Amino acid sequence: MGVTAVASSDSAASSQAEVTAEIEAIAGAYTEGAESQPRLDYPPYRSSLLRHPTKAPQQADPEGVELWAPVFGQLDVDDAEADLTAQHDGEPQGERMVVTGRVLDGDGRPVRRQLVEVWQANAAGRYIHERDQHPAPLDPHFTGMGRCLTDDDGVYRFTTIKPGPYPWRNHRNAWRPAHIHFSLFGTEFTQRMITQMYFPGDPLFPLDPIFQSVVDPAARSRLVATYDHDVTQPEWSTGYRWDIVLTGPHRTLLEVDTEAAE
Amino acid sequence: MSLTPTPGQTVGPFFGYALPFPHDDELVPPGTPGAVELRGRVLDGAGEPVPDAILELWQADGEGEVVQEQGSLRRAGPFTGFGRASTDADGHYAFTTVAPGAPFFAVTVFARGLLNRLFTRAYLPGARDAFLDGLDVDGRSTLLTRLDETGPVPGYVFDVRLQGEGETVFLTYPRHRP
Repeated sequence: MGVTAVASSDSAASSQAEVTAEIEAIAGAYTEGAESQPRLDYPPYRSSLLRHPTKAPQQADPEGVELWAPVFGQLDVDDAEADLTAQHDGEPQGERMVVTGRVLDGDGRPVRRQLVEVWQANAAGRYIHERDQHPAPLDPHFTGMGRCLTDDDGVYRFTTIKPGPYPWRNHRNAWRPAHIHFSLFGTEFTQRMITQMYFPGDPLFPLDPIFQSVVDPAARSRLVATYDHDVTQPEWSTGYRWDIVLTGPHRTLLEVDTEAAE
Repeated sequence: MSLTPTPGQTVGPFFGYALPFPHDDELVPPGTPGAVELRGRVLDGAGEPVPDAILELWQADGEGEVVQEQGSLRRAGPFTGFGRASTDADGHYAFTTVAPGAPFFAVTVFARGLLNRLFTRAYLPGARDAFLDGLDVDGRSTLLTRLDETGPVPGYVFDVRLQGEGETVFLTYPRHRP
C-alpha cells in the first residue's frame, strides 16, 4: 500500500475500524520471525507517513566514538530522581507501583552503571507537557519524569504511579494503551534506544498503531511488563518487572577477533 | 548467549519535559575560544520542518580522543562529548561544541512520527573514509557538513532530511536486526 492510499498525516478522518483493518492487513501479510523492531514505514501511524526514510539504512562498521557510550554517574543523577512519587510536597493520585528490571546487552551481559530515563502520563492519562490538550486533570504532585543509574547487575528501579491511557488524534477515537517511555544507553553508541513499556492485558493493544508497528507478535510481547508479586510491597505498592535487551556490542567482538588472530 | 533486542518505539510528542536538560546543547559554554556550532534543520518528506525532533550528539574531543567523563546532565566539569538539541518551530537545532579531532560527529535522531531512532554521521567538510567512499555522490553529500562562517559563531551545517529528495543516509550496524 502506497503512501497516497491513506489519509494525510494530520487527518483525524479515519475511523478506528479503518485503522484496525489496516493494522490487520499488514499483520496478515507478515511472516513470523522476520522482524524484531518496529517498521519505520507504518501507514496506520499517520505521523510516520512523511517521517520515515524510504531508503534502506547503509551498513557501517562502527568507528571511533560509535564504539563507546557517553558516561553518566553520580554527577548526573541524584538517587531521589528514581522516585517519581516524591518530587513534590504531596503524594500523587493513582496506583503506586514499582517498576524494575535489568538492562542487558545482546550477549546477555548486564549494562552496568548506565543512565535510564523514563517519562509518562499521570494516573488520569495527562502529560504535564504544554502540548497535551487532553481535558483530564493535571496532578500538582506528579511531573512524570525520572532517572536512575543501573547497578552492577544492570538493575534499574523506579517508584511511580500507574499511568492512564489517553486519547490522541491519529484517527477518530484513538487511544494509546497506558505506557511508560524508556530511554536507554549501552556500552557503545550503536546500542542507543528509546522505547515504551506497556502493561499486561491492555485491551487497547490491538487498536494501537504505535504498539502494532512492531508487527512480530513475539517482538511485541517484549514491550509488555510482567506483574510480579515479589516486587509488590505489602501495604504500599504493586510491582512490575520489565527487562530490556539492547543490541549486541561490537567492541568486545573486535577484541576477541584480535586475540583469535594472534 | 545471544538475546533478541527489545523493540524501539517512537519518542512521541511529549519528551520535551523529560529528555532536555539545562545546557543540553552546549558541549562547551558559548564564547569558549574555538567553539563552533553543529547546526541545521530537520525536514520531513514534504520539505516541511519537523518541530518535534530531538537530536543527540556524541563526539570525540578536539584531539580526537573519546572522552569517558560523567557530567553531561549537570554541566560544570570537563568536556563530555555528549549533548541533546531539540528542534524549534522551524525545525532548527544547534549544538555549541568543538570540532572533533576525528572525521565525524555521531548523531541520533528521534521525533514524533519516527517509530525508531535513526543513526547517522555528520562528517567534517572534505572528510574521506571507506564508508563515505562506498556511497554514491548524492548519498555522500547528505553526510558532509558545510562550513558556514557568516554567523557570529562558525557552524558546520548538517540538515537531516527524513524522507524524499536529498534523504539523509542513515546507518545500521552489523549487530542490528530488522
